[in-house]
Amino acid sequence: MQDLGIRVLFEGKNLIRLLEGLWVTIEISLLSVLISMILGIVLGMIMTVKNPLVKAVTRLYLEFVRIMPQLVLLFLVYFGMTRAFHVNLSGEVSAVIVFSIWGTAEMGDLVRSALISIPAHQYESGRALGLTEGQIYRYIVIPQTIRRLVPLAINLATRMIKTTSLIALIGVIEVVKVGQQIIEASRLSVPSAALWIYGVIFFLYFIICYPVAKLAARLEKAWNTV
Amino acid sequence: MKKILSLLLLLVLTTTLLAGCKNDADKKETDTAKTTGTARTLDEIKKDKKLVIGVFSDKKPFGYVDENGKYQGYDVYFGDRIAKDLGVDVEYVSVEAASRVEYLVTAKVDIILANFTVTPDRAEKVDFALPYMKVALGVVSPDSALIISADQLKGKTLIVNKGTTAETYFTENYPDVKLLKFDQYSEAYSALLDGRGDAFSTDNTEVLAWALENKGYTVGIDSLGNLDTIAPAVQKGNTELLNWLNEEIKTLGKENFFHKDYDETLAPVYGDAANPDNLVVEGGEVK
Repeated sequence: MQDLGIRVLFEGKNLIRLLEGLWVTIEISLLSVLISMILGIVLGMIMTVKNPLVKAVTRLYLEFVRIMPQLVLLFLVYFGMTRAFHVNLSGEVSAVIVFSIWGTAEMGDLVRSALISIPAHQYESGRALGLTEGQIYRYIVIPQTIRRLVPLAINLATRMIKTTSLIALIGVIEVVKVGQQIIEASRLSVPSAALWIYGVIFFLYFIICYPVAKLAARLEKAWNTV
Repeated sequence: MKKILSLLLLLVLTTTLLAGCKNDADKKETDTAKTTGTARTLDEIKKDKKLVIGVFSDKKPFGYVDENGKYQGYDVYFGDRIAKDLGVDVEYVSVEAASRVEYLVTAKVDIILANFTVTPDRAEKVDFALPYMKVALGVVSPDSALIISADQLKGKTLIVNKGTTAETYFTENYPDVKLLKFDQYSEAYSALLDGRGDAFSTDNTEVLAWALENKGYTVGIDSLGNLDTIAPAVQKGNTELLNWLNEEIKTLGKENFFHKDYDETLAPVYGDAANPDNLVVEGGEVK
């Protein structure tokens, strides 16, 4: 049993390199998630406006981002910006931009659907009770919206974290790419390395995504008792 | 009260994070402000004291990262020497096969040294320097029925991958050979191991490395068909750097540099199975 593939992990700086790769993944995904959540909420509120022009523009943006594969968006920003406008963005910055554009669109749609899912009688009851518009939002609409939104938003966040593995294609060395480098460098000496390294990567993704899911569960619980 | 406090805290945190990100972005832009679409000239590279080379980071033994996080391999060995002779530091950027041309077109790297095969299509978009390596087809077969010449294949089944040069070569030149086609390397190799074909043909570098891992199989033909060459590439129109590279390759040829490179990086992988003269090109002259 000495020939376990896991020993690859402890050769040289492999473990540290994987963790460094993980840090790149965390940095880029969390930054993008944060930006997406904030901008997404604003976008979602804009999307409920009944102005046809606003509707058309936001709809176009959403559909464009939804149809475009993220990889195409990454190439567009990373290479396309340099080609068209001579702006040279680093891979990391391009990645944050693309994931924020994508996340904002998806988050916006989630917020929109959560907002319109609040039945009209909720607003009407509020008015009947003599609450001001601000109070209706503060005490009735927003708490219900957020409760509906949290599971969806968390789903989106974990999806974004996992999709960051695409950024290897624009030269950013994140955790999956480091894993592939390690596997390939030891392909002849340790053929079973692939299984072990991917196993470790699975575990690493789990330890980023699990706290996010856990936090969501706690928030849901806390708000349910409000 | 507590809620408001935590909300405030969150807000402060977010803004600092965002601000931090912005600063970072600004810094990076000034760092690379000079490379905005047009490749750097030789003087600019020397002045910046840094050469940026695009290499593979997961294609052992040509370009890969070792367990200490250092770039290694046949391409990297050459890259190190280029930087040394230019008197500058070298920075390696990890590229993927599909994005190699794009990296040069947008001047994100000065040179691509990523096992880049010279093709007419690519030559329209980038400028290739003199070659430093060549690849041909190799044929691997079981030791028990070793195939050492293409004529032996007549009437037998040869495994090839779809869309490879092996497929076109055998279809055109040896119509008597029955071809069994697969999409993936792994499928093709398992077909060979199962005995569904008599031999398997693809790039010689690939079958040589595979035959070493798999006892009982030998590369009987290690150089067949049209020679493809592998060369450094620079952005189209960057003649100054291109000429310098051509001179460098010629000079290095005099000291048999690429044979030394082969001994250091490829020999441990291919061992005695390959003849270095079938892979290495010295001084840019393909024999």
